[in-house]
Amino acid sequence: MVTDEAIFDAVGEVADPEVPVLTIADLGVLRGVRHEGDEVVVTITPTYSGCPAMDLIRHEVELTLNHLGVDGRVETVLSPAWTTDWMSAAGKSKLTEYGIAPPTGTRAVGGPVMLSLTIRCPLCGSPDTSELSRFGSTSCKSLWRCNSCREPFDHFKAI
Amino acid sequence: MSDLFDYTVRLGDDALIAAQRTAEWIAAAPQLEEDVALGNIGLDQLGQARSLLQYAGSLDGRTEDDLAYFREEREFRNLQLCELPNGDFAHAMARLLYFATYQHLLYEELRTCADETLAGVAGKAVKEVAYHVDHATQWVLRLGDGTEESHRRMQAALEALWPYTGEMFESDELIGRLAVAVDPAPLRAEWERRVLAVIDESTCSRPEASYQHTGGRSGRHTEHLGYLLAELQHVARSHPGATW
Ligand SMILES: [Zn+2]
Repeated sequence: MVTDEAIFDAVGEVADPEVPVLTIADLGVLRGVRHEGDEVVVTITPTYSGCPAMDLIRHEVELTLNHLGVDGRVETVLSPAWTTDWMSAAGKSKLTEYGIAPPTGTRAVGGPVMLSLTIRCPLCGSPDTSELSRFGSTSCKSLWRCNSCREPFDHFKAI
Repeated sequence: MSDLFDYTVRLGDDALIAAQRTAEWIAAAPQLEEDVALGNIGLDQLGQARSLLQYAGSLDGRTEDDLAYFREEREFRNLQLCELPNGDFAHAMARLLYFATYQHLLYEELRTCADETLAGVAGKAVKEVAYHVDHATQWVLRLGDGTEESHRRMQAALEALWPYTGEMFESDELIGRLAVAVDPAPLRAEWERRVLAVIDESTCSRPEASYQHTGGRSGRHTEHLGYLLAELQHVARSHPGATW
């Protein structure tokens, strides 16, 4: 029998279709693997309620289970709500290499005050950056521009 | 049908109809960044709607699609505020400020309710909605405290939608019977405090108390919902049983 740990490691390699450099294990989208009798249950959680990648992720997890020859299903849970705090350190450094500024500890919500400029440019490392839009190419990202190298970049928002 | 079903449908319909109106802005917003922002906000709302309507459907043997595409206008239970036509961009931001501030207060309470699924949906949504409030706030400030024209339009939008805000805080028998339901009436004071603080800072003046429209929770809607549903439901009804 394939152990829960081995299954976790295998399905954990499924890539996020929107940020393919990250796996669902890096993101913390993969919540767990358990046996219910002979059936394997893999639990995943969406980053945002409307995350359009969830159907594909679920499908890829099912394919991986198939490859392993295990009989299982995928369960989506909403609680506890996903947070960027679950992103692994390895995931954060992969994001930077990919050109996306990783989440910081600050949540940018709660009032009209703009974020302080603490997001470093993932391309040149300059701290002199400004926010162009609180919503970037997906719900989980905001759009920034570096004032040093002038390149635009995405920032993974803390949530 | 149970009280829990009816209550969940109210929340789901608010989110679904709001999502449809928000999505209408895509490719029509004043700038590209705003197309993207409103696209993402609409997607958050749609995601919340799907979770809520899936749950409601599971309570009486229907799917989210049955509920979204195959109910008639009078069966929808959303607030009239959500269904009003978009108007100009100032109207979009006024509606988002009013609605997202309400949703934020509501979800904040609902996340601790005894129903695990509703609490889970709310716990997730409250974080997303906080970004919506923030986005609307920044635009209301920018337009209200902007040019003479932007100020005039922001003021007009805040006033035009104000008569649709009272409906958000109506309690009724269903809310009274259902233990997990959040009574919205006590949320009003804090809602007004937050919204009026933004309006004050934007240099707009506070809308005057006026006649308050009502009826959405019992299926009585403005003339606009029918047209919205025609567009929303057209493909699914023209091709029954189709999947995508
Ligand atoms: Zn740079």
